[in-house]
Amino acid sequence: MSTGAAQRHPEVWRRHSPRETVVRWLWIAAVAFVSAWSVSALDIEWIFFKDAHVQAADLAGRMWPPRWSYAPTIIAPLIETIHIATLGTAIAVIFSIPLAFLSARNTTANGFTWAVGRGILVASRSVNTVIWGLLFVAIFGPGPIAGIAAVAARSVGFLAKLVAEAIEEADRGPIEAIESTGASTGQVYLIGILPQVMPVLIGTTVYRWDINVRESSVLGFVGAGGIGLHLYASINQFAWQQVLVVLLAILAVVIASEAVSAWIRGRIS
Amino acid sequence: MSAAHPSAWRPPPFFGTRGRQNLVLLAAIAYLVWSVSTLDIDAKRALAGFGRAADLFIRMIPPDFGRWELLLRGMTESLQMAFAATLAGVVLSIPLGIAAAKNLAPRPVYLAARGLIVVGRTFHEVIIAIFFVKLFGFGPVAGLLTLALSSTIFLAKMLAEDIENVRVGPIEAVRATGAGFLQVVVYSVVPQVLTRSVGTAIYRLDANVRHSTVVGIVGAGGIGQTLSASFSRYDYDFAAAILLGIIALVALGEWFSDWVRRRLR
Amino acid sequence: MALAREHAPPAGGARPLLAVEALTKTYPGGARALDGVSFTVARPEVIAVIGTSGAGKSTLIRCINRLVEPTSGRVFLGETDIVSLAPGELRRARRRIGMIFQEFNLVDRLTVMENLLSGRLGSVGFFASWLRRYPPRDVANAFAMLERVGLAGLHDSRADALSGGQRQRVGIGRALMQNPDLLLVDEPTASLDPKTARQIMRLIGALAQERATPALVNIHDVALAQGFADRVIGLKAGALVFDGPSAALTPEVLTSIYGAEDWSRTIRKADEDEAGA
Repeated sequence: MSTGAAQRHPEVWRRHSPRETVVRWLWIAAVAFVSAWSVSALDIEWIFFKDAHVQAADLAGRMWPPRWSYAPTIIAPLIETIHIATLGTAIAVIFSIPLAFLSARNTTANGFTWAVGRGILVASRSVNTVIWGLLFVAIFGPGPIAGIAAVAARSVGFLAKLVAEAIEEADRGPIEAIESTGASTGQVYLIGILPQVMPVLIGTTVYRWDINVRESSVLGFVGAGGIGLHLYASINQFAWQQVLVVLLAILAVVIASEAVSAWIRGRIS
Repeated sequence: MSAAHPSAWRPPPFFGTRGRQNLVLLAAIAYLVWSVSTLDIDAKRALAGFGRAADLFIRMIPPDFGRWELLLRGMTESLQMAFAATLAGVVLSIPLGIAAAKNLAPRPVYLAARGLIVVGRTFHEVIIAIFFVKLFGFGPVAGLLTLALSSTIFLAKMLAEDIENVRVGPIEAVRATGAGFLQVVVYSVVPQVLTRSVGTAIYRLDANVRHSTVVGIVGAGGIGQTLSASFSRYDYDFAAAILLGIIALVALGEWFSDWVRRRLR
Repeated sequence: MALAREHAPPAGGARPLLAVEALTKTYPGGARALDGVSFTVARPEVIAVIGTSGAGKSTLIRCINRLVEPTSGRVFLGETDIVSLAPGELRRARRRIGMIFQEFNLVDRLTVMENLLSGRLGSVGFFASWLRRYPPRDVANAFAMLERVGLAGLHDSRADALSGGQRQRVGIGRALMQNPDLLLVDEPTASLDPKTARQIMRLIGALAQERATPALVNIHDVALAQGFADRVIGLKAGALVFDGPSAALTPEVLTSIYGAEDWSRTIRKADEDEAGA
């Protein structure tokens, strides 16, 4: 009886078919190869790592205690940092709405306008805020205007991409109903589509604002205003006790803005 | 019939009452005035900027790909930093992620791990990079360590959340068969978090490619350093070539990441 | 129930209110949804369009206001050939055609009033509609309409806060705010419970009669069609197989539309409903 069962059923079971196994090993080999190439090509001097913990401890020691007398000096730059994030986000919202309609497949005019919209999206999103800052400092000179422009330039693509996706997923029914009233194309977008994507627009805006506060904290490194300038200056003067004060201030502002953003987004949905 | 009906109607205010609506509007205008006035914006300089933008644009065209070797070296370095940092991040995030999972770690360990994650996430990569530059000198090692640190923290946070969301049923079922702790982890926790974690890691690789282009601003290697140098030399046609290279690299990274994550599902 | 029968046919020689001539629609991929459908509507009456799912009911009414582009054929609304209109002219023609949908198709996040007034979009400019500045007459008409469809006082409610029957009443109000020459109604009751369905059909019939507006109603419930329509058009596989008064719907006719089935209970039910209504 038992021998009969063994003959009818296979005694070997493998989780993956031979082909799956090969594919898995190929992936693993590719990852291993790329990792080895990356690490070796970077010419890492492992000697540095031997006393890294000593150096880090030394740095931490020089930071303590924080020089609280520096705090009043950085209040204005901190507020400027938040202003840069807020105004930059606000400008980005205004431009992102037409850009979103331009780059959504169902609302763009034709293939060419769609490609233009997508091109702007990719360019805006691929270039980091700080690099945008570099560019705008060359245009507007150092200061918060360059920072605002940088934040807006990076955020417009971020917002427009998510809103365009929402437009593409908008319910066809109401759009059809508004079309059937004889409304113009602009009215169909305004009454039929915009209310549908409003929650996405508000949610992403608040979320992006919170990211932008964090981004604005380093715009000063390239001269685009905000607290980053003071951090950079303090580091270059080796004023480590000042650096700690600035870091604590950034920590507080970023965590507070994250909390505000989470609270607002929680209330929307 | 229509005479009996009101002929005026306003949509109900977005913020509850009309008074509150006006208050919000007033606050927004007040904020705008306050922020713009404190930013001491020089209107003349801002307007001059538009002329300079046109000038800059003209100097950027055509982009100068003549020094393509320099461009390629910078981009390769950025990619290598991104790959190595993702690898380090994946390895290091496993213990940190387990430590930050409420349902696995003892409370003091959990609190310490969460604290580290909150503080680490707050600071922008560029800030972290400048410290590593101070410790290890200029070059890609500082960039690599920056990205590795922020990847570790990001991946650990995601892993911890995935572990916390694991369903308890399968764990109990495997434990009921008499399996040991490691067997329980391998047979019930790992299968539930593995696919998501691989997806997160691929996403982070994409994010690291983006971030690797910026840490060079403070001298931490990669294409960002090349870009920063070309800007400070007013070498704008080369900068334009670098920007196009970055856009291509990041777009490619995003496409690859989307492609792999689609296949994982 | 022959509501519109007392209306005299239009004066001799004039165009009918609606004339559909050899309307054909072939979807990309070759599926033929409409196959040479022709009929005319000479007086304000409620016309039920019946047929199985996929028989082309929905395509038919969407081809009339060109939410779906017909492949060939002509549609005359009075003197206007809708099929030949350029986009701007088509928008003007659509203002004369009110449409009511199965899924109501209200804009959920807008108020009832905004949904009603969206029926007037054709008569106001873009910025007026942005700022919600509608002419006082339209606003007063909208309040009157709200009362007529039984929703007085709900003008500031958001559309997604209403029940299914209430939402369809808003949908009906929106279509009638256009003061249309023709109502296109796509499965108005398919998303509603049987009692609400009857109330909604009764409302559509009453409003069509009050305003002397012909209504073309897609409906898959034969009993409802018989109970509330003056005339029935039967579609099978995209072709018109029946066009006559609803009283002429015999088991043989139903078999020709839907295929063989025991129809006696369906028809008797319709008779009972009629007695009860």
